[in-house]
Amino acid sequence: MSLKIFVPGDAAALSVGAEGVAKAIAEQIASRRLDASVIRNGSRGMFWLEPLVEVESPRGRIAYGPVTADEVPGLFDAGFLDGKPHRLHLGPTEEIPYLKKQERLTFARCGITDPLSLSDYVSHGGYRGLERALTLTPQAIVEEVTNSGLRGRGGAGFPTGIKWRTVLNTASDQKYIVCNADEGDSGTYADRMIMEGDPFVLIEGMTIAGFAVGATSGYIYIRSEYPHAFRQMQRAVAIAYDKGYLGENVAGSGKKFDLEPRMGAGAYICGEETSLLESLEGKRGQIRFKPPVPAIKGLFGQPTVVNNVISLATVPIILDKGAQYYRDFGMGKSRGTLTIQLAGNIKHGGLVEKAFGLTLREAIFDFGDGTASGRPVRAVQAGGPLGAYFPDSLLDTPLDYEAFAEKKGMLGHGGIVVFDDTVDLAHQARFAMEFCAVESCGKCTPCRVGSTRGVEVIDKIIANQDRVKNLELLGDLCEVLTDGSLCALGGLIPFPVQSAIRHFPEDFEKPAPSPPARATGHPQENQSWR
Amino acid sequence: MKNIQGWDADRALSRIQELERLPGALLPILHALQEEFGYVDKAAIPLVASALNLSHAEVHGVLSFYHDFHRAPGGRHVLKVCRAEACQSMGCEKMIRHVENRLGVKLGETTEDRSFTVEPVYCLGNCALSPAVMLDGKLYGRVSSDVADFLIDDAKRHA
Repeated sequence: MSLKIFVPGDAAALSVGAEGVAKAIAEQIASRRLDASVIRNGSRGMFWLEPLVEVESPRGRIAYGPVTADEVPGLFDAGFLDGKPHRLHLGPTEEIPYLKKQERLTFARCGITDPLSLSDYVSHGGYRGLERALTLTPQAIVEEVTNSGLRGRGGAGFPTGIKWRTVLNTASDQKYIVCNADEGDSGTYADRMIMEGDPFVLIEGMTIAGFAVGATSGYIYIRSEYPHAFRQMQRAVAIAYDKGYLGENVAGSGKKFDLEPRMGAGAYICGEETSLLESLEGKRGQIRFKPPVPAIKGLFGQPTVVNNVISLATVPIILDKGAQYYRDFGMGKSRGTLTIQLAGNIKHGGLVEKAFGLTLREAIFDFGDGTASGRPVRAVQAGGPLGAYFPDSLLDTPLDYEAFAEKKGMLGHGGIVVFDDTVDLAHQARFAMEFCAVESCGKCTPCRVGSTRGVEVIDKIIANQDRVKNLELLGDLCEVLTDGSLCALGGLIPFPVQSAIRHFPEDFEKPAPSPPARATGHPQENQSWR
Repeated sequence: MKNIQGWDADRALSRIQELERLPGALLPILHALQEEFGYVDKAAIPLVASALNLSHAEVHGVLSFYHDFHRAPGGRHVLKVCRAEACQSMGCEKMIRHVENRLGVKLGETTEDRSFTVEPVYCLGNCALSPAVMLDGKLYGRVSSDVADFLIDDAKRHA
């Protein structure tokens, strides 16, 4: 049998040269007339080692990284196909502490299998969840998911089983499963990794969801910033249809489930579930009033399950191993594992799947090894652009939905962005408001107008114009946004702004920069909008 | 690199007809038109409206809502630069200023010779290898000012 060499086809690995490495390896195989083949796997999620090349051996897979195309001939000369030493030799992949210390349930196969090989998927435990689901009643499937304690991994943390039960109990001829793959939060990439590295697990999870609630049709709404993931999902869906895992008769069960990936068009707000549904219907991505919730009146007015990629991709292992197995991981009301994504100014950035309960400090230092710049960590933003900035004194907060809420923070989708001591939190607060202004859907006034006013007020604070008064004004504005916005964008944008002021007041007390930052609004506007 | 060809009503109609039966067909159709022409010409609006039984205003409303859709031709190369938080933490702003100065444009603009359009994006999902950019659909990580220069030079050579 030919020797297998693994070179990730993951977009992040490609972004640092994996394509060139794969080509160089194929050239060496050809010119040396070797019996070896290159598999384009997903990423293991250790991005500082990408492109990470692995070679199959009797001792398991041996890793080398980060490999450049130029170093490939030297690797062959050194005998890397036999796992021999080289400057880039990392030893057996599974023994790398970063990976070894993890608890990979959702990501069990990512980086290990050929993402588009169904036989690989099945031989690594794939479709066992569906197999068991087919022996259960819809109620029993929903019960299993409820008992697992799985909560929406998109950020809101709503219990997945409860959502499913609502859809199951709402009578309708047509119901839908919609996967929210509009992963727009900065610092997050777990959805992208799963779609590129183990797409069948998402297809399986959505199929199980369909059987559980009585939905025969599903959509995966993928953001357009992820062209690789979109193409990969399209290919995987086509393969699943071809092999009878989608369509009129799923896996010979006599049951129907159709699935179609759809591409977004560059709107952060479409990660909000009702905007996403509007967008899927071909409309402007403006949010809907709730109630009715999508579980009762969702896509095309029908009962719809809207779940994040990671939530749905976790369903197969829950069905396979049982609710109890999954809920034994975690702490408090946060059961199972969290897919932490270490990002930004971090030395060892990557995906860490661990039971809930690890602290921010452990994630950043034990796994991430501190900042990439080597400077001290000054601020950490978890939960994306709507998440709070935490100072060092809050880094012992455990990664748990409730523990974060208690510290006026948000765990969100599990992205952790690290900043060193060169960060200016007044600048970050301004950016939060600017981002909200760019991405607001425009439906409600607090968000549409308040975000622009927020930028102006922060500009004045930075320019030291009536600083005390303007800080008070900003506080009022944040209150209006929190209480008056229709959805989480306007409602949560005060989190980064107010946490910056609360934890880093010194950044709002600096002398005005010279030349002074130009405040954009007219002074009299102050009174007019109050 | 985009192969920009002139607007052609027949080609537009054939792309519209391929997709008009999809439920919620408007976004897929607009994506297809943009892929075909590099932008969505305003002459497409009545064609799409009629195919989907929508008003011109509804089509225009969707076209103008999403950041992705362009209503005028852009540059031959599209450079999307991430300016979200993870990339900020690794100094993307400095790199972006460098790119703006180098090409003589601001974010969202196209160079006079129509070789480059530079667009801001908020997250490309490459946040462990920040700063990130996407050039003509290809993702790049750890993009310093030097790397950005290299990418721009390379694209120009293949223009």
